[in-house]
Formats: sequence, structure tokens, C-alpha cells
Amino acid sequence: MLESKEITKVFGKKTAVDHISLKLEPGYIYAMLGPNGSGKTTWMKMAAGLIKPTSGEMYYNGRPLDVDSRREIAYMSTEPYFYSWMSVADVGKYYQDFFADFSMEKYRELLSYMELTEDMKTKALSSGMMAKLKIAVTLARDAKVIMLDEPLNGIDLLARDQIMKGIVEVTGPNRVLVISSHLVEELETVADYAVFIKQSHLIEVRGLEELRASEGISVADKYRQIYANIGGAF
Amino acid sequence: MTSYNASVPIYLQVVHSIKEKIATGKISPGDKLPSGRELALKYTINPNTAARVYQTLEQEQLLFTRRGLGSFVTEDKSKIAAIKEEMAEGILEEFLAGMERLGISAEEAIEMLKKKK
Repeated sequence: MLESKEITKVFGKKTAVDHISLKLEPGYIYAMLGPNGSGKTTWMKMAAGLIKPTSGEMYYNGRPLDVDSRREIAYMSTEPYFYSWMSVADVGKYYQDFFADFSMEKYRELLSYMELTEDMKTKALSSGMMAKLKIAVTLARDAKVIMLDEPLNGIDLLARDQIMKGIVEVTGPNRVLVISSHLVEELETVADYAVFIKQSHLIEVRGLEELRASEGISVADKYRQIYANIGGAF
Repeated sequence: MTSYNASVPIYLQVVHSIKEKIATGKISPGDKLPSGRELALKYTINPNTAARVYQTLEQEQLLFTRRGLGSFVTEDKSKIAAIKEEMAEGILEEFLAGMERLGISAEEAIEMLKKKK
């Protein structure tokens, strides 16, 4: 459904993404894992068509990413992106104007799920509430590809549970979800596949249940093996 | 159930949890089970994992699916008795294996159990 072929992005002297080829299939949740600065965000932004690759190409349903396919891809960035004067209701209207696939009904449903109300002002939201608002407004789009960049950052335990349920709620056989995180444990039960990215390179894509069944280890264990070369009983 | 052992396949843990509910009577024979999606939400698990949970339980004939109506717990009492036995067996094996690691023989372990009450 969404595929990057040998995609590369160079910023000045730094290669942020180095020849990553990755194919994502509908019906699955992908956890994109790696330390900060490993290239996850840059890959996602290229996948969303927000930045142009230096070389290589992004494909959607077998065709190079274009204006039409970009409409079917929702991306939630880590940066805050609402005007401070906006209320939670304004954010919904703003999105409705921008995206044809935005559902106000779904948005309201997600808001109540996240314990947010429409009269709240964005400038008065705590960082955790802001994070939930960003997720609600992104998940309210009926996009075929939904990418959430670090959705669990700065969020307390209870809100994380709400968010994980929100993510499970929007999965479907025709949809791809990509969630980047350095909080590996949070995604253990929810993701189908883990995509390990290290220093701008794709290291491995592993099925989580397959990893547990064949090696008897968790994604967090695998993460330690890949990034820290430590493991074992202690 | 909200905590899992992340080194063991999640579907097996959920299968175990549902079997336990059946064995202890928390879910009765003939009861309707939540849909796959509801199960995924309830357990905060991947929907594909939830589907696999039901496939596994169905293969073991612990539940049956009525098209359009959903999944139901078996009404076969012998199947339910068998799960109970299987689970008791599992607990016993774990217990004995733990004792063996401590260098305590099965006979000694039995003596300890008798004293314990």
C-alpha cells in the first residue's frame, strides 16, 4: 500500500534517511522504533509528502506519491500546530475546512474518549491534553494511511490507555497505521510489526507475535539487542 | 487483564485468560463473547491478535461461531472440564519445576504441601 524504495534524505552534511526500502501493507499497525534522531520523523514526513526525498521514491498503491494520494495520508507531527486563539471546537472546524475526509462526528466521539471538551482553549491545555487533541483531530480523518509521530510523548499512564484504545478503534482491513515511538513497551500489545531504524538505516522489520513465539523475547529485548548490544537474564 | 508478559505471544495469554474465565465460571456455557474488535479494545490488543484468539479457541472447540450472530462459549460440559484439568496440570507442572530448581524432590514437595493446608 505504502512503499519507500531506496529513499534517502540529506540535510546539509547529515544523511537523515539512508536508502530505506520499506513496504507497508493494509490491515496492520507498524511501530516505528529507534532513538531520537535515527530518521523516523524524516521517513514519515517523506511518506506524507511533506518533504521531498534527495533520492529514491515513495509509492502509494504502486504509483509515485502525488497530490491525490497525499490526501489519503494523515500525518501527526511532533510539533504543535494550532493557533493559540483556537478552541477545541475551532480546531475541528479548521480541520474540516482542510480535509475532505474529516468527520466532525468522529472528532466529537474521540474528544469525549480523551476527556476533552469543545469549549477548551488550546492555549490553556496542558502538554498531555494538547497531545490528546492532536491525536483526536488526526484520527478523525478517514485516511487510508495514518501516521502518528511520537503520540505518547509527555502523556500520563491513563491518557496512554485512552490513546492506545483510540488507535485500536481506528484500525481496519484497508488501513495502515504507523506509530513512531521511543517508548517501546507501550506498543508491545498493539502493533503487528516493529520497524527498527538505526542511524538513518532500516535494520529489520519483525512481526511482534512471531518474535515472541520464535525467540521468546519482547520487542523491548530486541530493541536492546539492536541499539545497545545488551541482553540476557540481567 | 491489562498486564502482559511481553516475551510470550499475546494471543496465547488472552486465550489463557478466556479459558480461565470459562473454567472458573465467570463466563458460562452458551454465553455470547464480545466481537473481535470489542475484544481488542477491552484487552488493548491488536485486532489481528484478537482474531487469532478466537481462531485458536474455535480450533479447540471451546467456542463456536454463528454466522451474523457472533461467537459463543461451548455448551459441551466435558470440554469445560477438560480446560480445568489442563489448567490444573499447568499449575502443577510449574510448581514442580520451581521446586526442582530449588533442589526439592517431588516427594519432599508433596510433604510440604500436606503440611501447608
